[in-house]
Amino acid sequence: MSTVSAPRAAHPYVAALLAGFEPPKGDLAWLRERRARALERANALTVPTTRDEEWRFTDITPLTRINFQCATGASRLALGDIAPFAAAEAETRLVFVDGVFAPQLSAAAGLPEGITVTNLAAALAAYGAAIEPHLARHLALDNDVFAAINTSHLQDGAFVRIAKNRKCPAPVQLMFVSTRPQTVSYPRCLVVAEAGAECKLIEQYVGLPDIVYFSNSTTEVVVGQGARVQHVRLQQEAPGAFHIASCAVALDRDARYTLQAVTLGARVSRQDVRVLQRGEGVEAQLDGLTLIDGRQLADTHTVMDHAVPNGKCRQLNKCIVGGAAHAVFSGKVIVRQGAQSTDSAQQSRNLLLSARAHVDTKPQLEIFADDVKCAHGATVGRLDPEQEFYLRSRGLSAGAARNLLTYAFGAEVIDRIPVPSLVEELEKTVMARTQKAETE
Amino acid sequence: MIRPGAKTLLEVHGLRARVGGVEILKGMELKVAAGEIHAVMGPNGSGKSTFAKALAGHPAYEITGGTAFFDGKNIFEMAPEQRAATGLFLGFQYPVEIPGVSNSAFLRLAYNTVQSQRGRDELDPLEFDDYVREKMKLLDMDASFLDRSVNEGFSGGEKKRNEILQMALLEPRLAILDETDSGLDIDALRVVANGINRLSTADNALVLVTHYQRMLNYIVPDYVHVMEGGRIIRTGGKALAEELEARGYEWVRAA
Repeated sequence: MSTVSAPRAAHPYVAALLAGFEPPKGDLAWLRERRARALERANALTVPTTRDEEWRFTDITPLTRINFQCATGASRLALGDIAPFAAAEAETRLVFVDGVFAPQLSAAAGLPEGITVTNLAAALAAYGAAIEPHLARHLALDNDVFAAINTSHLQDGAFVRIAKNRKCPAPVQLMFVSTRPQTVSYPRCLVVAEAGAECKLIEQYVGLPDIVYFSNSTTEVVVGQGARVQHVRLQQEAPGAFHIASCAVALDRDARYTLQAVTLGARVSRQDVRVLQRGEGVEAQLDGLTLIDGRQLADTHTVMDHAVPNGKCRQLNKCIVGGAAHAVFSGKVIVRQGAQSTDSAQQSRNLLLSARAHVDTKPQLEIFADDVKCAHGATVGRLDPEQEFYLRSRGLSAGAARNLLTYAFGAEVIDRIPVPSLVEELEKTVMARTQKAETE
Repeated sequence: MIRPGAKTLLEVHGLRARVGGVEILKGMELKVAAGEIHAVMGPNGSGKSTFAKALAGHPAYEITGGTAFFDGKNIFEMAPEQRAATGLFLGFQYPVEIPGVSNSAFLRLAYNTVQSQRGRDELDPLEFDDYVREKMKLLDMDASFLDRSVNEGFSGGEKKRNEILQMALLEPRLAILDETDSGLDIDALRVVANGINRLSTADNALVLVTHYQRMLNYIVPDYVHVMEGGRIIRTGGKALAEELEARGYEWVRAA
């Protein structure tokens, strides 16, 4: 263990995840201190159960039955292995294999001045001053045990920085690949768009199909004054994987931020997205699409925190649930005292493809200002038999009709993704999934 | 047009059907030959729409007795999509809105599916675009119809035009048009009726299901049938419709 003498972990599973980590030698003092503080928090927290309000619908007992080891060793992947996941438009790509940066699989050369896409460990020397104010500063480490465990293991990650008024010419892809069975990895991203900067970001999680692993990731995105970040998050983990992710976004005055978070993979997954509007005049859009079947459990928790006046947010979360799968959506909207003229709207729409499919959707509004517009709505339904009959009366088979209707349901979110090749890929995935649901 | 010796397209005999456990059709009889135009009229609740939907294969309608043969084939052994491929078309009273599916993609998918079922060539998107625009002229439809989601936000009249456009594309041998005149103003009614007339040939047939006589001013029926209590109680020529309009359904009941 490190030189820091932290108290023993309160929970044996947390202790097991924390054991055996050796922080790199010769680290920067502030980084060492941040890691130690996270370790302290991790030790004080326990693994959540369904008795915790924020985990009421999500039982992670299957995760705690497996003793995951920290992944070690060099990547055995070749460029061809990741090619199917590479977005055609992304000229810049950072690939991490089992949490370890894989420069041979990455492409980050030839970027214009003011645009930095590199691994954190390499960036610390040159960009320490740009990193220090943000790294592990935006996550809610105090009550998020997985983000605390991730941060206590912090040694590398993806770093994207767009300097003031620079525009990143093509989407940046951050790919985290898991390849080793029974291992845990700690992906981390830090994205800083300075005032007036613009970029498109693809954050992607994939894994070898037949293995069980645990991906515990954290992402911090800072969108400076008047800057614009379009963020796409693709969770395409292996069917047997566990994926727990915390994403914290801080928005300065007049910032524009969009997120399309697509959840397809993992046996059990949970993503927490916390967006803080800390400057006035912000416009945010948070979209989610979860497409699961079999025995998958996918939980999305979002928090939209309007801390200052004149903020706007539009949120659309959709779940398409087949088999005996279970989707959870909890969307909290906080309007702090004084955050007048907030305009926030949230929609949760859910489609159940089978009788055993299940969804829990929970809007939460916490409003402490009086001059605000806050709307929310939730629907849970099946495919409309009248629509199905209409299509069949025009010659489409029952399967084709259901496919088209399911596709249309998911397309509303997919079509908002600002990367055409991903839109095309995901549309095919939705079609294939529905066909599969049809034969179940 | 009634032609002696014309091929029988539809033959319904003793048809009984129920929905939600309630029997609605109680012994329908109807025989339609190629080239003919039939009007099925009747007061609300007489079973007109049930008859149309039962023939098209709506899953909510349970067939409890009788037979229906289309071109010699038992349609109750066919799925709705097979009936469509064989050449049966239902123009909906309330066309269904399908948000997220563009009208052009839907029309092309329907067209190509039915074409391939009939062993004919499919059209690629560009070819189809030309083809559908040609058909749209028939109904005085604006090209913007193609980009919108299927029927979403369409006015009543736009929805009915879209139904007849589908009829024009799918080229059915028998079209059952359920209350196509409802929701149409007088100008739209004329356009839609003219479109339907131009689709009528000696080889296909029409069954117009309607409450009012007004569409029959534009599309002249060979037969007018009056439904009541789930079956046809009277059959006549065009004059019967006019008499109904003048004297009301009470008159047929009393007669």
